[in-house]
Amino acid sequence: MTKFIVRLIFIKCLKAQPICNDEHKNARYNFCLRLADNNLILAQRLAEWCSKGPILEEDLAITNMSLDLFGQAESFYDYAAAVIESNSSADELAFLRSEREYLNTLMVEQPNGDFAFTMMKQMLFSAYTKLLYESLSKSVDRTLAGLSAKALKEAKYHLRHSSEWVIRLGNGTNESKERVQFALNELWLFVDDMFAMDENDEALITIGVIENTKDIKPKWLMFIKQILEEANLQITSNTNSISGGIKGIHTEHLGHLLCEMQYLQRAYPGAKW
Amino acid sequence: MVKEVSDITVQKVWDVLNQIPDPDIPVISIVELGIVRNVAVKDNNVEVIITPSYSGCPAMHVFKEDIITTLTNIGAKKVEISITHSLAWTTDWLSNNVKEKLKNYGIAPPEQNSETEVLFSNKKITCPFCSGTYTKRTSQFGSTPCKALWYCNNCQQPFEYFKCY
Repeated sequence: MTKFIVRLIFIKCLKAQPICNDEHKNARYNFCLRLADNNLILAQRLAEWCSKGPILEEDLAITNMSLDLFGQAESFYDYAAAVIESNSSADELAFLRSEREYLNTLMVEQPNGDFAFTMMKQMLFSAYTKLLYESLSKSVDRTLAGLSAKALKEAKYHLRHSSEWVIRLGNGTNESKERVQFALNELWLFVDDMFAMDENDEALITIGVIENTKDIKPKWLMFIKQILEEANLQITSNTNSISGGIKGIHTEHLGHLLCEMQYLQRAYPGAKW
Repeated sequence: MVKEVSDITVQKVWDVLNQIPDPDIPVISIVELGIVRNVAVKDNNVEVIITPSYSGCPAMHVFKEDIITTLTNIGAKKVEISITHSLAWTTDWLSNNVKEKLKNYGIAPPEQNSETEVLFSNKKITCPFCSGTYTKRTSQFGSTPCKALWYCNNCQQPFEYFKCY
């Protein structure tokens, strides 16, 4: 009898845990890789601003955001590798994969443009990651929840900083308004791609590792509309969109970014800092 | 038989870890910062569980090296550092005593939880030098991931603020 009860408790415990068969492991790996790739590519873009910021404080701010995102990318890469029990290091995942293996969303790989363009991109992306990490911080996967809780704190700073600039630029001079409106129009093309989902998400939703991320888009839109209203900016009526990041199909800009970022490891394999 | 080093106890490990300063803010230790979450000792093999502060904080690498060197110096055979991500580190873990140390060092301690911050907040942080509150935020990002830049209009000094996290 006792044995039976113990078995029952055991079975119950098993059910409470996310079931981890290989399919789910791969789904979790791909999902973490996507989070890491988003952060890494945007971090690399922001790092391009280093020493080129419009004022010293912004140079510091942009590179600080970049540093946060590099750190988040490293943690998510490490965790992705741990999930599939691979020995790949974060460095190997960052420097030794080719363009088609990158799963980042198209928005983050877009060139920086001017300061308005960078801030608009940051706001659209951080508003998304803030909602995403809020949701992931409640995941039954405790490591993913912990990593997301940390990333969430940082995303909030990035969102506040970029939102304030979008509002300031929108209400600034004709020139600043024109530039930030242009950025919004150009970047709107990549909005849908941020919310793209595939079979990996479906698998993780069924075992409770992630919530349905489809719910994030309406919340995101509500927030963005509020900021844009304060900034006196209009969402473009052009409803075209491009997607493919999640499948590794990118715009022409990612390859160029990777060329520069990966040069050293490609030319001198295994070089260490 | 004469023992060269006395056995390492958990308490002893905590004591020596509490002597390791934060590389960026040497007046507080890594234990006071809340980085060290747990310590286990078995046959002079030590395991230290730490949690990262800020995702990209370069000081993390220094923490790890310092922990290994310090524990090896007191006779640890093997030092293993494990990293936990749950719970996420927060400035809420800084005690009042630690906040006082930060203030005396010239860094304004975190005053509230970041959750309550709003856009274009006109919140005033107390100046660590003159305790005036006629202050202004220059930038919410500063010289390290943990700090923001502020300016005190009272004593006309720029100062750093340890951000809520």
